[in-house]
Amino acid sequence: MSSNTEQTYEAAAKERTGVSDVLRRFFDSDLWFSFRHSPVAIVSMAVSIVIVFSAVFAHWLAPTNPFDLTQFDLLDSEIPPVWMADGDSRFLLGTDDQGRDIFSTILYGSRISLLVGFASVVFAMAIGIPLGLISGYYGGHVDSVIMRIADIQLSFPAILIAFLIDGVARGILPRDVHDEMALYVLVFAIGISGWVQYARTVRGSTMVEKNKEYVQAARVIGIRRGPILVRHILPNVLGPVLVIATIHLALAIITEATLSFLGVGVPVTSPSLGTLIRVGYDYLFSGVWWITIMPGVALIILVLAINLVGDWLRDALNPKLR
Amino acid sequence: MALLDIKNLRVDFPTRRGVFTAVEHVTLAVNPGEILGCVGESGAGKSTIGNAVIGLLEPPGRMSEGEIDLKDKRIDNLPYEAIRKIRGRRIGMIFQDPLTSLNPLQTIERQLVETIVTHLPMNETEARKKAVGLLERVGIPEPDIRIGQYPHQFSGGMRQRVVIALALCADPEVIIADEPTTALDVSIQAQILDLMRELCRERQVGMIIITHDMGVIADITDRVAVMYHGKVVEEGPTKKILGNPDHPYTQSLISAVPRPDIRLKRFPLVEYIESAGKARKELDIANHWLGKVREFEAMEGPLLRLQDLHMRFVTRNAILPRDRRYLDAVKDVSFEIQQGEVFGLVGESGSGKSTVARMIAGLYKPTGGKVFFAGGELTALKKERERDRYRRQMQMIFQDPYSSLNPRMRVLDIVAEPIRFHNLASDRKETESIVLDLLEHVGLGAAAAVKYPHEFSGGQRQRISIARALATRPRFLICDEPTSALDVSIQAQILNLLKDLQEELGLTMLFISHDLPVIRQMCDRVGVMRNGKLCEVAATEDLFENPQHDYSKHLLDLMPKLDVLSHEGLEVEETN
Amino acid sequence: MVSFVVGRFAQSIIVMLTVGLIAFAMFRFVGDPINNMVGQDTTVEQREELRESLGLNDPFYVQYFRFAWNAVQGEFGQSYFHRRPVSELLVERLPATLELSMIAAVLALALGVPAGVYTALNRNGIISNLIMSGSLLGVSIPTFLIGIILILIFGVVWRVLPTFGRGDVVDLGWWTTGFLTASGLKSLVLPSITLALFQLTLIMRLVRAEMLEVLRTDFIKFARARGILTRSIHFSHALKNSLVPVITITGLQLGSIIAFAIITETVFQWPGMGLLFIQAVLEVDIPVMAAYLVVIGFVFVFINFVVDILYFVVDPRLRADRAGSGGH
Repeated sequence: MSSNTEQTYEAAAKERTGVSDVLRRFFDSDLWFSFRHSPVAIVSMAVSIVIVFSAVFAHWLAPTNPFDLTQFDLLDSEIPPVWMADGDSRFLLGTDDQGRDIFSTILYGSRISLLVGFASVVFAMAIGIPLGLISGYYGGHVDSVIMRIADIQLSFPAILIAFLIDGVARGILPRDVHDEMALYVLVFAIGISGWVQYARTVRGSTMVEKNKEYVQAARVIGIRRGPILVRHILPNVLGPVLVIATIHLALAIITEATLSFLGVGVPVTSPSLGTLIRVGYDYLFSGVWWITIMPGVALIILVLAINLVGDWLRDALNPKLR
Repeated sequence: MALLDIKNLRVDFPTRRGVFTAVEHVTLAVNPGEILGCVGESGAGKSTIGNAVIGLLEPPGRMSEGEIDLKDKRIDNLPYEAIRKIRGRRIGMIFQDPLTSLNPLQTIERQLVETIVTHLPMNETEARKKAVGLLERVGIPEPDIRIGQYPHQFSGGMRQRVVIALALCADPEVIIADEPTTALDVSIQAQILDLMRELCRERQVGMIIITHDMGVIADITDRVAVMYHGKVVEEGPTKKILGNPDHPYTQSLISAVPRPDIRLKRFPLVEYIESAGKARKELDIANHWLGKVREFEAMEGPLLRLQDLHMRFVTRNAILPRDRRYLDAVKDVSFEIQQGEVFGLVGESGSGKSTVARMIAGLYKPTGGKVFFAGGELTALKKERERDRYRRQMQMIFQDPYSSLNPRMRVLDIVAEPIRFHNLASDRKETESIVLDLLEHVGLGAAAAVKYPHEFSGGQRQRISIARALATRPRFLICDEPTSALDVSIQAQILNLLKDLQEELGLTMLFISHDLPVIRQMCDRVGVMRNGKLCEVAATEDLFENPQHDYSKHLLDLMPKLDVLSHEGLEVEETN
Repeated sequence: MVSFVVGRFAQSIIVMLTVGLIAFAMFRFVGDPINNMVGQDTTVEQREELRESLGLNDPFYVQYFRFAWNAVQGEFGQSYFHRRPVSELLVERLPATLELSMIAAVLALALGVPAGVYTALNRNGIISNLIMSGSLLGVSIPTFLIGIILILIFGVVWRVLPTFGRGDVVDLGWWTTGFLTASGLKSLVLPSITLALFQLTLIMRLVRAEMLEVLRTDFIKFARARGILTRSIHFSHALKNSLVPVITITGLQLGSIIAFAIITETVFQWPGMGLLFIQAVLEVDIPVMAAYLVVIGFVFVFINFVVDILYFVVDPRLRADRAGSGGH
């Protein structure tokens, strides 16, 4: 309660605007407090940032370029990681069946995994949020139809839907076109399989906000429904979306890895972590485990870090737990 | 020896910003057959006392000082099992909201029988018999049948009776009731309070009633303790405390309670609470932007006229028309409001009064009838745009200060929104200066403009809402229960503000409330609504002195008798 | 009550028809069935004859109706890749998938629910924290990777369990079972754990979240204030009330076990419907894909229907007549 500031408006306005104000409010918030006091959140956020960073800058960070045929030699194949008996300090995590450095392949692979993951999430949000807003605000038949579709889709697991879309695309497009479009198809498939969560949550929040009195006040002023939806309701329903997006990102990355592992994901020309695992799987039984396990561990770390951030975010943003 | 002794109680809540002391130095005693009231505004710490006695403080709260004795034996430091045995068996508790107090998936029988069997040496058959007897005593008809039903099959008032039965079923010696009637309708409140008083005398239990409602205190308590900021400021027999209080806080609190029997010029301000608004800057209204109502066409006759207004909602939609269910929220309502008049609409929840307000404001489209406003027929308008010029002249203030402001907008933008929408200012600078003036005028100070709603208290937020409503220079203001969610002292301030603004700007007002004493203070004429119909329309004094309709008489009977309250410091308005 | 069941049933039928429509659309329009069936030497006239005889020139709705009618009888045509009737393939593979899924489902429920309850009631114990950390890990490892790691540990490093195939199965006529042989049972261990793990962690987290939510409600507070035994509060009150939403989601999750079987079957070369489906996708074997879609669709719709009914049975608020309040 701040009833005793004798500040003038001008002084207050100067103090309270701009980037410095946004930063000030952020650092004063419960969110930042809980972050600072949660070592898990800090570590996992740091790990996530490191992974994203190294994936984005794979080109410069990787010791070798696994796509450049001149950079690897068949004679170097199947060398174990550096800490094992036959290890070679040139190849930190060992090499694969073609002699490629696994550390480099992981860096490039993470990039693809993250790319597909992020793109799918953005795509799902782009469909889910507007549908949720419209469904929640206008109600009626539109709402019934959208929710009916959502319900039906929810009764099928996302991965199956992703499979189907991919399978159909494979059937419709001729092989070479399919390879070119594979990434887009994949993003589309994973995105379509995930929009429902956003739509439902946004719809729920919209329906709650719609009945709040500030929305009614805006109507009484005369503001039309469209602008109310965008200017008043939308900013207030985005909170939970952030939590869902983090969890969905983890799920999208897992889904892409699964599809790629099964051979129906990214094309072989741009392998993701899932593809790498697939390639290495055949060698597991002959004891050459690192080709498949190394990318596997990288994948686990990436997803775990994202899940931890998501968990922390959910707890931090939950008003009931404060 | 008192039945329950609370000695020097102190409860602390460690938070991230330091330790918050909810109550301290609290010493109270309750005797058998006696009802002790614990009254205070929100945040005073009254509920905390109740929770501490029964050992259910919300974590991380803890009792850091003092002791609690039941019949001279200390109970606050007992191990868990011992405390569990006391709960229900020796101390019973009743919570506020009957809709959430009962387990929705269990029958009433199960919940009652389990409680009885847990504490008393009976088998299930005997327990059931006792339970049925208890239900009958608390006034549930056909208890033998209804005991097998689920909570959702009972109405709100009935559920609270079940809750009372549950609190009593193991024959405790002390009952603590935390706002037992706040969530109930006025007509039911009286019945529940009577029931509680009877049971208390009958069984000679000691009862503590925690409430913010002075009417409840005046009605059934024998003694009362007044709480403020975690401390007991005054305590003693009810008649004395209410009729002749010693402590300045109690004095000002009582003077702020709206009286059913007299009409005041203004409410006196309550000391000790948040600064009663900044001194409002005197505006030269005639020349100020705010006062420029001259641009509205002068008109003859009533500003607002409703003719046979009807509103039907579909409660259950179905494919076949005969399966649909409807609710007629408003039926054939007609009345007029003259220019400059304050018209009150009173009724219980579900009477349709808020629905009428929303129909006038354009939030609902009436299913029948006409609305005439400022010379035009609102119900005949086809396009949104045509409504805009009427919208400028009519604005609304809502009930819940916590949901009537967009939490993500700055106050400046909230108040400026109507100005910008209706293009009432020529540029940004002018808009800004108008908003700042408005904020000063409602007592918030210009610096409030850069802040966000969550930085303000309930009363301050209502002021922001008022500023927003005034921003279009309306001639007609609809106030939908504007103070129902506020503490008594804040209510007094806001009602004063509304009164002042109404006089200053010559506003016509539609004032909606379920609280008759408030209506008496604010309105010139009153309409009484029940189940969607208008029962009676009369001048305020006429209605209160000489009600015509049976229902009006019934409502007036239900008003709390606040005769015991001191009249110290009140300026009574002479009735014209 | 009856209207509710009828309504849900009607909805199920509509969903099935929609699924059937999608399957049919795939079947008919993705690729050319004729080209997939015949060799290169077939002349244009012969292809046309074949097209006519298979009824591929008939109007859309006729073809759809024929497809649906056949589907109901289990008739899905010939697999392009295996060159055998799809229905035969399905019957052959179904038991493998169902047995695996059933074991996994039982595992997930039997471990997940108690773990969820335990971690909700003992929020701060060491075991709880361990379980919660483990669950976080469980949600972060994709199913196929779990399989690979298990294979590495139990099949390669310690050669104790078989890592591919079903082992010896006993033929019971219309069903082949791996339950009755030692090698069959041993083969089930790794795949079923792999399949169950993801679902187990999800169920556990869900039960925990729901219970924590319920433990915060007013009626629990009131029950405590009445001195009800702690055990009763935790189980009769809190757990029962948490079950309502848990049932819905658990039902859906268990359904998705059948879909996740695709992954597990691939990793472990388990000869079930999932493996069949993957091969079909890779080889663009449309009849098999369509058939799988219809069968899986049916399974899901059925599970959803059962879950809806269960929901109805468990929550009295949905059943009882609202009108009987009487009095104030």
